[in-house]
Amino acid sequence: MISIRGLTKRYGTNTVLDAIDLDIAEGEHVAIIGPSGTGKSTLLRCLNYLDRPDGGVIRIGDMTIDAATARPADILALRRRTAFVFQSYALFANKTARENITEALITVQRKPRAEAEARANAILGEIGLSDKASAYPAALSGGQQQRIGIGRAMAQDASLMLFDEPTSALDPEWVGEVLDLMRRVAERRQTMLIVTHEMQFAREIADRVIFMDGGRIVEQGPPAQLFDAPRDERTESFLRRVTKA
Amino acid sequence: MRALDLDYMLGLVPVILGYVPLTIGMALAAMVCALALASLMAVERVVRVPVLDQFVQLFISFFRGTPLLVQLFLFYYGLPQILPVLAGINGVTAAIIGLTLHFSAYMAESIRAAILGVDRSQWEAAQAVGMTQVQSMRRIILPQAARVAAPTLVNYFIDMIKSTSLAFTLGVTEMMGATQKEAAGSFLYFEAFLVVAMLYWAIVETLSFLQKRLERRLNKAFAR
Repeated sequence: MISIRGLTKRYGTNTVLDAIDLDIAEGEHVAIIGPSGTGKSTLLRCLNYLDRPDGGVIRIGDMTIDAATARPADILALRRRTAFVFQSYALFANKTARENITEALITVQRKPRAEAEARANAILGEIGLSDKASAYPAALSGGQQQRIGIGRAMAQDASLMLFDEPTSALDPEWVGEVLDLMRRVAERRQTMLIVTHEMQFAREIADRVIFMDGGRIVEQGPPAQLFDAPRDERTESFLRRVTKA
Repeated sequence: MRALDLDYMLGLVPVILGYVPLTIGMALAAMVCALALASLMAVERVVRVPVLDQFVQLFISFFRGTPLLVQLFLFYYGLPQILPVLAGINGVTAAIIGLTLHFSAYMAESIRAAILGVDRSQWEAAQAVGMTQVQSMRRIILPQAARVAAPTLVNYFIDMIKSTSLAFTLGVTEMMGATQKEAAGSFLYFEAFLVVAMLYWAIVETLSFLQKRLERRLNKAFAR
């Protein structure tokens, strides 16, 4: 069980996240949609302290972190329970595909090299990139890089996987393979929080869809309800705009 | 104009070659120390530790702002008068320390720029998988910065090899010091200094060749 209470982020006088409350059940898949600049990515980045929130408490299992008191050790503990998939992949440029997966296993989880490599090989098989194990990111397509980005996140065995618009930077031809992989991750009951512009995908994969606007959760519900019968006027007009495009 | 004494020059080559190990050794020792010191200062300049940061800035400013020869004299002839513990320091050690401090100031700036040139997403990815700041720096950022800084750092090393010739002013008989002594005995100054110039040149050319190979290796990860 993950619980978020009063999560707030300000840049100067601009409140980007306005006291967000959110609970996510174990194994739940939550999609976040909404206009750009409404704090969706900031919410994700505050959940693992890539951006430090100005206030609020995050509870993941038996771990609690309060923005008012968080020390570096608390932040590391939080990051070890969350995995992050970046829009721009952000693979380690100086590491091969396999090393991108083993890196955290060895340096963070302190696993023996042989064990880490066995795990990485298994993951490379699952994401269909065994033949690219020794390739560096620069030699891989966007779709392949993002699959490794997801593989790296899978290796963390995190309580919560955060996806920050994982397909937005991809050429259209690679979007399908990345969404396919995310479907497979979802099938394992991995808890996922996904910021996405892929409405069809959100409808299909999510147990719950959240519509955010102006740093707040405006409306949330099962995909069928939110997409087909939105209650809030803002949700309706957003959906009208994106489905027309 | 008189003819060059080629026999004398050929005979001098093995004599001066005998001092190449000392020259290279001083440069290598200074390079290793300077790299370590420069990396620490570069990381500090990026992270900006209060007080320490001002000290590092002052250090860099001083060692870039004064001639190496002046610094060497200051260490070897000056400091022992103030700090008697340094009285026993030999010329080689003083030269290595001087070269280290002088070049680390330049190298720190190159490494700092290279660190800042690494894409911010690399930091974020390292943090996101749970690495500490030190782990992120050591495993992800510095290796990528090294690739950017490598050509400049090798150039500093080349400069450093040539700068070891200043050690002769501290009474060290390295390549330059040995040549000076030989020339003083034979009065064939042109021949002697021409030989030593050619030998320095040959060393630097060899290094430039190795530099290209090193760059190719470091770029391996970035080849499409």
